[in-house]
Amino acid sequence: MLRLIVQRLLLLIPLLLGLSVLLFAWVRALPGGPATALLGERATPEAVARINTLYGFDQPVHVQYFKYLSRLLQGDFGVSTRTGRPVLDEFLTRFPATIELTVVALIIAIGIGIPLGYVAARRAGSFLDHSSVVVSLIGVTVPVFFLAFILKYVFAVELGWFPSTGRQDPTMIATHPTNFYVLDGLLTGEWDAAWDALVHLILPGIALGTIPLAIVARMTRAAVSEVQNADYVRTARAKGIKSARLRGDHIVRNSMLPVLTTIGLQVGLLLSGAVLTETVFAFSGIGSFLAEAVFNADYPVMQGFVLMIAIVYALVNLLVDVSYGLIDPRLRRQQ
Amino acid sequence: MRRRATRLAGGVTLVTAAAVALSGCVASERDGEGSGEASGKDTFVFAASADPGSLDPAFASDGESFRVARQIFEGLVGVEPGTADPAPLLAESWDISEDGLEYTFHLKEGVKFHDDTDFDAEAVCFNFDRWANWTGLAASESLSYYYTHVFGGQGENGKYDSCEASDAATAVVTLKSPLPELIPALSLPSFSMQSPTALEEFGADEVGGAEDAPELSEYATGHPVGTGPYTFGEWKAGESITLSAFDDYWGEFGDVKNIVFTVIAEGTARRQALEAGDIDGYDLVAPADVDALKGAGYQVLNRDPFNILYLGMNQKQKPLDDPLVRQAIAHAIDKEALVAAALPEGTEVATQFVPSIVSGYSDDVATYEFDQEKAKELLKEAGQENLEIEFNYPTDVSRPYMPDAAAIYEAISADLEEVGITVTATPEPWSPTYLDTIQGSDKHGLHLLGWTGDYNDTYNFIGTFFGAESAEWGFNDEALFKSLGDARYAPIDEQEDLYKAANEAVMEFLPGVPLASPVPSLAFTEQVQGYPVSPVQDEVYNVITFTE
Repeated sequence: MLRLIVQRLLLLIPLLLGLSVLLFAWVRALPGGPATALLGERATPEAVARINTLYGFDQPVHVQYFKYLSRLLQGDFGVSTRTGRPVLDEFLTRFPATIELTVVALIIAIGIGIPLGYVAARRAGSFLDHSSVVVSLIGVTVPVFFLAFILKYVFAVELGWFPSTGRQDPTMIATHPTNFYVLDGLLTGEWDAAWDALVHLILPGIALGTIPLAIVARMTRAAVSEVQNADYVRTARAKGIKSARLRGDHIVRNSMLPVLTTIGLQVGLLLSGAVLTETVFAFSGIGSFLAEAVFNADYPVMQGFVLMIAIVYALVNLLVDVSYGLIDPRLRRQQ
Repeated sequence: MRRRATRLAGGVTLVTAAAVALSGCVASERDGEGSGEASGKDTFVFAASADPGSLDPAFASDGESFRVARQIFEGLVGVEPGTADPAPLLAESWDISEDGLEYTFHLKEGVKFHDDTDFDAEAVCFNFDRWANWTGLAASESLSYYYTHVFGGQGENGKYDSCEASDAATAVVTLKSPLPELIPALSLPSFSMQSPTALEEFGADEVGGAEDAPELSEYATGHPVGTGPYTFGEWKAGESITLSAFDDYWGEFGDVKNIVFTVIAEGTARRQALEAGDIDGYDLVAPADVDALKGAGYQVLNRDPFNILYLGMNQKQKPLDDPLVRQAIAHAIDKEALVAAALPEGTEVATQFVPSIVSGYSDDVATYEFDQEKAKELLKEAGQENLEIEFNYPTDVSRPYMPDAAAIYEAISADLEEVGITVTATPEPWSPTYLDTIQGSDKHGLHLLGWTGDYNDTYNFIGTFFGAESAEWGFNDEALFKSLGDARYAPIDEQEDLYKAANEAVMEFLPGVPLASPVPSLAFTEQVQGYPVSPVQDEVYNVITFTE
């Protein structure tokens, strides 16, 4: 197991190197540049040239790349051209928001998706089964921004049950030792702050969780349908194994492997930041910040954020692989 | 077995429903508090469209930085409320020497900075010397844009010479050569008076980072200290900025003791935040939202327009170098219809490249009235009856002078088609593609662009457009460039006439078609009273009051 982890971590190095080259080539191939974005209507060719000199964008691309790489190896991801703050700081400030949103979306996706898929499979052909298919189809087809917009319109604007934007009521006085606002509230005993942060997560969490929910439900339904008709389940049932154990040990556990893979992929995706949901709810995570960076040709942020997202994605997948072993003893033994 | 599974699903639903209901209770409790104590409200929540670029206004040039800076800082010169004209602020008056080189500022006395140090002539000179002595990164255009553009930068080329504190309440600023726009320019937040003690303590000029990666100073991210009505509290990047009332402020306070700027980038999200009761007001209201907001009982306030939207023509693209073709295009466009169709109510139709409240505005410029027959004749005369022309316009952008570029494009292109011009549309995302195409290349023909003025000065408009050769316009007219440059540094009493003449010359030459000066709108809840709308956005919240 340890060997697997070390192997996979070592593999990350060439992966990130290759990615850094691609990213570098990509952002510099984009039309325009940070200077134009910074100067707006005021750009003159001279002003653009001066800014390009300032940031070193006028040097040959390979010279820029090796400079970038040597700084990267020292853990320096550069400074945002738009905000003038270190890219790493920008990422670390916003990533907790994205993680919180991911957790809520996942709780919704798994908490509803697995039971829904399970029930649908166990009652194949029933009304519940058909409705779960419809629900999951709607889940994957309704565009996220539309859903987010509707949720906000109904529950925030019309009914006023939830706040419309942000991570916390901006007039609330709260301390943030970790930047995970819900956790911060719990740690510092500011219960109202924790509750307020949680309430701010619900609508974006639902909007963001819908697609994973639909996918998890469909995956669970397919896996459970297959496993419940497997020979060993029939044999177990024939042997008179108690239904609770039959469900837990034989059906659910065996059908969870593909579902887990799916969830792992979804976690990776969710942690990459949800551009649309974050934008609609003015939720300050990494997705909306990366989108802003693209609009402003903020090269250092584009490069740095994508690299960090790639690292997160790879680590999540590694975690999923490791957890296979925990669920399926056969895999553990093979390794 | 089945029963249990169903129960589980039911349980999940129940928990979700409970969460919804509970949060509903909390939300309504919160609302209850708000409306119950309306008269006790002392926090003003305003939605900004982005984080400020810097809390040090000397290193900022964007509207969101200035919005925050105006609450924290004051300059020597302010703005007459509701206009773009300069007015006394920290300087109660000033004398300008005959030769236009010596400015003597008589300062307001008894003014304190937020760090309890005195605002005096020494502090004034400290600020001027600070700007004039920047080197390296700090002196670069991306940071000190306004100092570079008004004073011509540091060192030999700079217009600033020295500053002397003749007594605590008198500061004398000496220039190397005349700079008539100095007084209006000093009303910009970039030239705010900042506490020398705080500037030094928090290393305001230590623009850190690697040589090619300027990083904001500690001062600019968390310790701005001015003399304004509000002191800095906290900046949560990407989320909000909190300010609170300065107890020793020399001026008056309305009801606003705390200000929260909450960052909501997207326009619809700002509107919904207002409707949901999460904010008290926001800027950059989309023209399409105005009627709905008014209908729902919100206040929509308009700023007097201090901007200009124009149709640019790149003379490098033939036959736009032919004056007859340019005149034909000008005659083909129905500006009144354009304003009615695509711009907010209250928009002024433009006749020249400055809005009407700017001092060099001329009533005698050549006008090109809407006359499509004449346009056809001019095209015939130029031998361009089958003219095909590229039309660039931006997408994904809303500027105060251009709320919806696509709608403006549609109205104009329909007019052009009407006189027999075939238009090829080239839409591009505003930043950075469109800007780069227009400003950095020859690959554009007709295009939409504009400008929001910084301060009341004609050069700030036409000098920006036509002060030198540029890729945007594609012409090289040394005489025009020189006349604008001369007007900029002419004695102040001659300036107005020179600028009027310059505006007339520009409209004779017709490098583009000035279209309109749209009014920018803000929206507020009914509770907000006395918001000080200003054409140059000199809006300080200490005058705001709240009603029940």
